[in-house]
Amino acid sequence: MNYDIEVDNISKQFVKPDVQALEDINFNVKTGSLFGLIGADGAGKTTLFRILTTLLLADNGSAKVHGRDVVKDFKILRSLIGYMPGRFSLYTDLSVEENLQFFATLHKTTIEAGYHLIKDIYRQIEPFKNRRAGQLSGGMKQKLALSCALIHQPKVLFLDEPTTGVDAVSRKEFWNMLKNIKNQGVTILVSTPYMDEAVLCDEIALIQNGKILSIAPPSTIIAQFPDVLYSVSGSQIGKLLEDVSKFQDIKSCFSFGDTIHVTLNQGDIKGLQKELIQRGHPEVVIDTIVPTIEDCFIRLMQ
Amino acid sequence: MEPIIFTKNLTKKFGDFIAVNNISFSVEKGEIFGFLGANGAGKTTAMKMLCGLLVPTSGLGKVAGYDISTQSDSIKRRIGYMSQKFSLYEDLTVRENMQFFGGIYGLRNKEIQKKIEYYHDLWSNNEMFDGLVGSLPLGWKQKVAFATAMMHDPDIVFLDEPTGGVDPIVRRQFWELIYKASDQGTTIFVTTHYMDEAEYCNRVSIMVDGEIAAMDSPKNLKIAYHTDTMDDVFYQLARKAQRSETV
Repeated sequence: MNYDIEVDNISKQFVKPDVQALEDINFNVKTGSLFGLIGADGAGKTTLFRILTTLLLADNGSAKVHGRDVVKDFKILRSLIGYMPGRFSLYTDLSVEENLQFFATLHKTTIEAGYHLIKDIYRQIEPFKNRRAGQLSGGMKQKLALSCALIHQPKVLFLDEPTTGVDAVSRKEFWNMLKNIKNQGVTILVSTPYMDEAVLCDEIALIQNGKILSIAPPSTIIAQFPDVLYSVSGSQIGKLLEDVSKFQDIKSCFSFGDTIHVTLNQGDIKGLQKELIQRGHPEVVIDTIVPTIEDCFIRLMQ
Repeated sequence: MEPIIFTKNLTKKFGDFIAVNNISFSVEKGEIFGFLGANGAGKTTAMKMLCGLLVPTSGLGKVAGYDISTQSDSIKRRIGYMSQKFSLYEDLTVRENMQFFGGIYGLRNKEIQKKIEYYHDLWSNNEMFDGLVGSLPLGWKQKVAFATAMMHDPDIVFLDEPTGGVDPIVRRQFWELIYKASDQGTTIFVTTHYMDEAEYCNRVSIMVDGEIAAMDSPKNLKIAYHTDTMDDVFYQLARKAQRSETV
């Protein structure tokens, strides 16, 4: 098996404020795959990205990207990777085309040489190529940043929260673009706080407070959910949640949109149904459901 | 009873560009109103007009009984606002931030103290109040920002993507705070990109290209668009947008 990212016992502590940002992180990303780092703000995702993109030194451990050590081989590595940071980091007073030109030149290449890789993305913003980057909408900025990160045809692409604050429709579009980039042979590490995006990755790591909770393909993580999961729905969802949480055998209960997801310590789900009817929810419907990644994440957090 | 937010043909133009186009809607007291839309649909512009930060080009709007064009100062006293960017002072403690913002809204020390005690009891996390805000985890920062926006018991609180990036458990705890405030009569006006959170609202509106394309309870919207998720309702409406990528 070939790996394009190999992370070996990486730890990083910050002094002020005193936080253990990363603690013994281990994972490998297969060459040509799309790997997702799923976790909330403050989980350590950005710190890990900065270490893997040679911008920050780890306290302990080592990491290789495309077979090169992130510390010793940092110079070579920088030409082999593309990095799109979470914050928009292009030159706002340069035009769209000038930004792209700039990044191509930095990597001693031309727009033409890498055009095939960014074609589908860049074509959407090309009509505005003379506009200053600072004047672009959020969606267009994102496309330009992605184009600039890809123009030198990197082997490995790092995307730090590319869809945070992006609406549901644009998020879908963005993930389609990622799939196309992956199909052209680029290995991708992407981070996101949106649990629903996890299923679009080949493999994911769930990360919380600097520690990895679980690493596996999303379908495996879902299959490993140890309890039977029920969805409970009724007409007064607020009161229903309150009454469900009072049931003696409840192990967990969390609202998911217009339903409540429930697991039990023991006992029969019929007992819950009976009690809810007694407590004034005659219309209550309980089904057995397949967990989502968010269910798995919540369980692992506890 | 008069609605707490009321707009009629509210419009904002920037030059030739119509950011908000003739929107008319009302929100009742105590309601949790979800204000949805794709990036660039005009949500922020509309919200700024409602908060008295931007004067409409045409149309009418009333918030907490005051006219948004002529009485914006009175509106600002009656609303709370929590921005998607964290806006507390990181180098002040939680207590100091609350005292500061309470002071800005003209609360007496006694009233501020009462509020702090309320959250003391609610959160039973006493050490936190004397720690610097900058060192709090994001989830707590967002809860503190909400509490600070609620210091002066506003009639309406505007929440702009309050749960962006927070973990799934804190996200749900945050919504418990919202429910509590709504039960006590505060009107909640909230934007989010999480479609499961749209389900927690009494009613939602979905803006597309500066107009309100749909507005109803999540349940009725799902019936009207023949689907069982709000995600799909949103997708059906927002993908018709023409302008989001050109602005």
